[in-house]
Order: sequence, then C-alpha cells, then structure tokens
Amino acid sequence: MSQLPPLSNTGFLRWIWRQLTSMKTALVLLFLLALASVPGSIYPQRGVDPIKVRDYIANNPSWGPTLDRFGFFEVYSSPWFSAIYLLLFISLIGCVVPRVGVHFRAMRSAPPAAPKLLDRLAGTRTFTTDKDPAEVLNVAANALRQRKWRVVMGPQGAASWVAAEKGYLRETGNLVFHLALLFVLVAIAIGGLFGWKGNVIVREGSSFSDTLTQYDAWGGGRYTDAQDLPPFSFTLDKFTVDFERGVAQRGAPRAFEAEMSYKTDPSAPSQRALVEVNEPLVIGGAKVFLVGHGYAPIVTVTDKFGVQIFNDAVPFLPQDGMFTSTGVVKIPDSTPRLGLQALFLPTAALDEIRGPHSTFPGPDDPALFMSAWKGDLGLDSGTPQSVYRIVTDKMSKIGLGQLKIGESWKLPDGSGTVTFVGFKRWASFQIASDPGKELALVFVTLSILGLSLSLFIRRRRVWVKVATLDGVTVIQLAGIMRTSTFDDEDIGALSEDLDGVEQALMAAEVIRGNLEEER
Amino acid sequence: MSPESLARMSNMAIYSSMLVLVGAMFAFAASFAGGRRKPADVVVTTEVGAGGTAVITRTELSVVEPGRRAANIGISLSWLAFALLLAGVVLRGIWAERAPWGNMYEFSITAALSVLGVYLLANTRVDLRWLGLFVVIPVLLTLGVAVTVLYTEAAQLVPALKSYWLVIHVFAAIVCAGAFTLAAATAGLSLVRDRAEKRGNVEGFLSARIPDAERLRALTNKTLAFAFPLWTFAVVAGAIWAENAWGRYWGWDPKETWAFITWVVYAAYLHARSTAGWRGNKASIIAIAGWAAFLMNYFGVNFLASSLHSYAGVGS
Ligand code: HEM
Repeated sequence: MSQLPPLSNTGFLRWIWRQLTSMKTALVLLFLLALASVPGSIYPQRGVDPIKVRDYIANNPSWGPTLDRFGFFEVYSSPWFSAIYLLLFISLIGCVVPRVGVHFRAMRSAPPAAPKLLDRLAGTRTFTTDKDPAEVLNVAANALRQRKWRVVMGPQGAASWVAAEKGYLRETGNLVFHLALLFVLVAIAIGGLFGWKGNVIVREGSSFSDTLTQYDAWGGGRYTDAQDLPPFSFTLDKFTVDFERGVAQRGAPRAFEAEMSYKTDPSAPSQRALVEVNEPLVIGGAKVFLVGHGYAPIVTVTDKFGVQIFNDAVPFLPQDGMFTSTGVVKIPDSTPRLGLQALFLPTAALDEIRGPHSTFPGPDDPALFMSAWKGDLGLDSGTPQSVYRIVTDKMSKIGLGQLKIGESWKLPDGSGTVTFVGFKRWASFQIASDPGKELALVFVTLSILGLSLSLFIRRRRVWVKVATLDGVTVIQLAGIMRTSTFDDEDIGALSEDLDGVEQALMAAEVIRGNLEEER
Repeated sequence: MSPESLARMSNMAIYSSMLVLVGAMFAFAASFAGGRRKPADVVVTTEVGAGGTAVITRTELSVVEPGRRAANIGISLSWLAFALLLAGVVLRGIWAERAPWGNMYEFSITAALSVLGVYLLANTRVDLRWLGLFVVIPVLLTLGVAVTVLYTEAAQLVPALKSYWLVIHVFAAIVCAGAFTLAAATAGLSLVRDRAEKRGNVEGFLSARIPDAERLRALTNKTLAFAFPLWTFAVVAGAIWAENAWGRYWGWDPKETWAFITWVVYAAYLHARSTAGWRGNKASIIAIAGWAAFLMNYFGVNFLASSLHSYAGVGS
C-alpha cells in the first residue's frame, strides 16, 4: 500500500484490484481468517449445540444478545467471516489466474541465453580442454537432456553456450495447489446447497422411514428438495453396548453396535446390516451414522378402574457420562390428564449432595424416580410440544415416586397406578447426504500433491559456456536457483547438478579433472 | 508376558529415557558453556534479484563453536534416550493392544519421541548439534508433564477412536508436533541472533553460539516446508475420520477450529517468506505463532473446551 490511490474512476478500480491481489493483502487476509476463527472455539455455536447457545444468552442477558447480533454464535456463517474468506478467494483468483498464463508461456519458451559473465555466479567451475567446442557442448547438452532438463544450444561458433532449465513443476504445483483450494470451496458450497442432514432417535424394535415428518430434526440446503428424499427405511433390531468396567476410565464406552434391517425402497427386499461408530450404513446416496444412544424405560399406567391407558417405551435423554437420564411421560388419555417428570438411572444411587444419580452407564440396578402431575398438558394449544419437557404452569403436583423394575406406584390421589416394566435401548442416528464431499476429497488430494511439488521441487538454470582464448579452449559451468526462498541447501542441490555435467564431460574425456574450482 | 510386567517395563523405559535425557541436557549445556572461538565463518547467501540474476552475499562472522566432544556425547545420549522412549511407546502399545494414541499421556510421550526423532534425523543430514539443548529441554518438560499430570492406565478406546484413520491422522499430527517444535526453536533463536547481528555484536553468550540468523531462518523454512503438507494431510485424514464417525467431515468443533487456525497461520508463514518486507523476523514470529496455535489445540482445547474430541482421558 505504498502509493496513494489515483483519482480517476478506472484508475481507482485498478488500484483497488492491485492492492487486493498483492501478496501483502493475501497475508493480512490469512491473518484475519485465523483471528476470525477464534471466537467460534470460545463461544457455543448454534450449528454445533443450539441449546448451549440459548442457555448462554439466557445466563448473560447483558452482552449475550449483543454477541448474538454480531454473529458470535454463528461465527462461520457470519457476514464478517464470510467477507474475509470471500475476499481471500477473490484475491486468490486475481493472483493466481494471471500466473497461469505467464507460467504456460514460460513452459513453452526457451531458457534464456547465458549471461556474459558466469564468474559472478555461485559455484562457477572452470576447465580447459583440447577438444572441439562444438563437441563439448554436445556432450553437455546430451547429459542435461538425459536428466530431463530443457536445453537450448547457442549459435554455432568458437564461443558458444548451452542453456538449460529445470523444475517448472514447482510453479505448476503452486498453481494447482491454489486453484484446487478454490475448488474445495466450491465442493463445500455444493454440499451446503444440495446436501441435507437429519437426526432421529429409534428405539429397539422400531422402524424409521426416510420422510421429513419422521425426523426429530432436519436441515437442508437452499436447493435441497425435502419432498424427494431417498425412499429407504430401516428397523433397529437390536442395540448392544459395552462399557469399561476396569478402574481406569470406568464407565467409558467401549463398543456400540446397532443390528439393523433395511430396505432401499418400500418394494425392495429387506437386508441386514451392522452399524457401528465409524461404520455407517450407506444407503440411497445417504449415510446413516450411529451417533448416540440411551435408555427408554417402559412404563404402563392404569386408571382408577384398572384399565390400561398407557404402555410404551419412552426415550430419555442422558445427562452425564453415567447415563443419568431425564424424560417425561405424557398420558393424554386420562382425565384429568397426567404427566410424569422422571429420572431414569441405569445404576441407581442416592446421596445428599447429588440426589438421585447413576454411578455406572450399564443397567446394573435400574430405577425410575418421578414426580406426577395432573392438569393441562398443553396438548390442545396447537403449538408444537417438546417430547422431553412438560410445562407444568397449569398443572398441580400429585406426588413423588420411586420404582425398581417390576414395581408399581399407586398415585396418592388415587387417579391411577404407574408400573415400571423394564427398559429398551434407543440409538440416535445422523442421516446425511453431502453431494460435494467426494469432489472436496478429490480437490484436497490434488492440492496436497500440488503443494508438495511446489515445496520440494527447485527451479534452476544451468549454463555451459565454451570460449577459445589464445588457442586454449575454456569451459565454464554455472547455474542459479530460481526459487525465491532463503534456502541455503539450494546451493548444494545446484552443485549436484553441476557435478552431473562435470562427470559427463569427464566420462566423454572432454576434461580430465577439475583444474580450477571456486565455491 | 503378563500385562502388569509390560506396563512396568513401559514405564521403566520412559523413566530411564528421561534420566538419559537429563544426562544429554548436561552434555549439551557443557558443550555450550565450553565453546571455543572460531576464527571466521563464511556465510554465503544467494538471493534472486530482478531478471533472475543471483546476488551473492558473503558475510564473515566470528563465532564461538560449541564444544565438540560434549556435544557428541549429548547426541549419543539423545539416541539412547530415543531408543528407550521408542521401547516405552511400543511396549505401551503392546500392553494396550492397540496403537498407543488413545489419551493425552500417550499422545505426549509419542510427541516427545517425535520431537527427538525429527531432531536426530535432521542432525544426520545437517549439523545441528548446537540445537541439542533447545530440543532436549522441551522434550524433558513434555515427558515430565506426561508422567506426572497426564498419566493414565492403559484402557481400551472409546468406539469413535477405533478407526485406522485414527492411526494415520494421529501419526501425521504427532510427526508434525516434532517438526513444529523444532521450527519454533530455530525461529526463536533466529530472533535472538538477528537482534545481535543488527546491533553489530554477536558476542553475547547465546548469540555467539548459534548460527547466523539467515541460516536459522533457512532451517525453520526447511522444517516447515516438510511439516506443512504433512499437517494438511493430517487435517484431511482427521476430516475423513470425522465423516465416518459423526457424519460430517467438518463441523467447527474447537479441535477442528484450532487445527484450521494452525494451518492458516503456517500458510501465512509460507507466504511471508516470499513477501517483501516479511521474510525476516516477521516470518519467524509467524512460525512461533503457528506453534502456539498448535499447542493451544493440543493442551488448551483438551482441557478447556467441551468438544467431541474430549477423549483426553485426563483425571478419569
Ligand atoms: C486460501 C488462501 C491461500 C492459501 C491457504 C495459500 C497457501 C499458500 C502456500 C501454503 C504456499 C506455499 C507454497 C509455495 O511456497 O510454493 C503459497 C505460495 C504462494 N501463494 Fe498462496 N495461499 C493462499 C492465497 C494466495 C493469494 C490470495 C495469493 C495472491 C496474492 C497467493 C500467492 C501465492 C504465491 C505467489 C505463492 C508462491 C510463493 C513462493 O514462490 O514461494 N496465495 N500459498
């Protein structure tokens, strides 16, 4: 940003463009990108955990909403984050595309003629010979060609030269790398626009078919057709888990396995599959991932006449690593309506500080703790209800109960009896389709290849000059590195190149040995 | 062999390795303190000027050469420590019956192994004996933290970690840990040396004993040119693993975010070294910043953030 911007319109635009595509701007934009990524790792993010964001804003009423307004809970889709990476990629296009043309011409043009004085170059070597200059140059040129150098011969005559260049792939690699990054972004965008993903909890023995209404949560890109999801369905036949029982990391999960049967469409034959973490089920262009699991206590409720009015396995949500789980049971068929707010403990324990909680995630000693409510469950209000919460504003508490498997609790007001029959397990699945991910992988691979070429290949030139002075033919070898980084080993690589030419000249008996060497 | 004796042997190998490293540290320190003044060292640097012509600069600098014999002892002890540490890591893997990268204790001992390994291998190609002290100290610190704070009994892996992508991803990341640490050391030393050179006085205790700033920068550059593509690969392997485990290849989880930040900072470093006005100290500072971002990912995120990647196994 050395000069003041010119005042005319086109001049000003060109100035802006030049600034935007300068290396310095790219550097500053890279810094900004790194800096702008930081808040997303500090504040909870809606895309990752919307509940945490809600709680955070509720707990910080003073600045929570302000942070929200400036996108701190959706950093990676916020206008400022997008602006930085879009500018970076515009800069990248402006910077790299013209270089493609330049490089293309450079690859097709001949290496430049030898400079007048080779002596000034590092590692110049000088020899004398009694052979014919043309023969010397032919030997050198052939040796270089054999080593895949691009070679040009100078004009015929007593004083002539060979010029050679190598390492064009460095720039090619650099261009491939930058352009591939651009296409990775495109692939990510394709995934975002056309992809979708949803989450669903499925109990053992229950089925799921891939339509919008069956999902607990679903989100799609702008161009995703939500009415046209692949028509597969599956049943969770059995879910097995295993937890660490040793002292180290006691309770940590060790294995999850979901035995499933699935159909790619309603008329297809049923197939079986074992879905594990890291082993998703691939089906109809989508993938079904096992992401979580929990317990669904089976509860029956009979009314005061002994008629069963509820019998179901209700999924509860685990609250900690030991699977202390919370959930609610809503019984709409009773009068007045009943609701249970409950805690399911796979291995129950009770203490004064923590109250009822679980001490191991496996079902060693299951118990159900609950409070019973009666009144208006809000089912008629028309607003959608969470299946994990009861709004008790318009309800009154009946009492507190505590059950082991097989036990029943007669509600204190005599309105019915609750029985804890047992439990099923549930598994939660993330079902996702990302049509851009293969493309992203292809371009990421390409970019790593390009990057490696760009970092490991050295672009260099070598000249061999022959001149006859006072009847003596003098040969000079020299070269330069054309890389712009400080890399003192480059010099070593260049001297290896010169060694190669020197050995070829010795092998052809053009020279006998090194008469004068200067490093 | 019983699991208990395998565990005991693994721990013993790691403790012996630390003991040997303390010896190496003293040897390197002695070599440093007992340096001999060298008459003159010729430094040749080449730079491509306008039109592709090379500009050669020769600088003659008087430096102190660190004591050779002590440094050689340091290197030998470092190799011994490396072998012991390698045995400790391998025994740990045999004990756990899996790749020994399941918790932070295991990451840390392997990272220490990597720092030492990258240094010793590099030393076979270029003489890096003078750098020994600056490598052995962080390795000892890492091991010390590992055996005191992070130690956990070997346990099986949580299911999300049972994937061969884990082995690939973590291996690449751990090698990068070694290279990034080495690069940060040479970058930091280049700042010290550069200040001395600018003042026109390289006789200070530290600056007289290390190579000139340009060479230190070249070493930083070389190490990072090797580490950056590997880090890119490590991040991509992690993304493939995440796609298999969680159904998305990138979710801006804190661990992923800091891996990205580290990547961007090192990309900025690679740019800086070919941007006018940024090649010198500024590039070195960026290299150190990249290492800080890497450490943040390694320690900060594991301890502070709640993350899908919270498998550190610390304190449980
Ligand atoms: C998405 C953002 C970018 C990333 C991650 C990135 C990354 C990199 C990396 C890792 C290198 C080192 C490879 C090498 O040295 O050959 C590099 C080199 C280079 N980049 Fe970028 N780059 C980005 C954007 C840009 C932009 C916007 C420009 C134009 C101003 C640019 C121009 C260059 C140039 C000219 C080189 C070659 C430097 C050399 O010869 O060493 N890059 N880039």
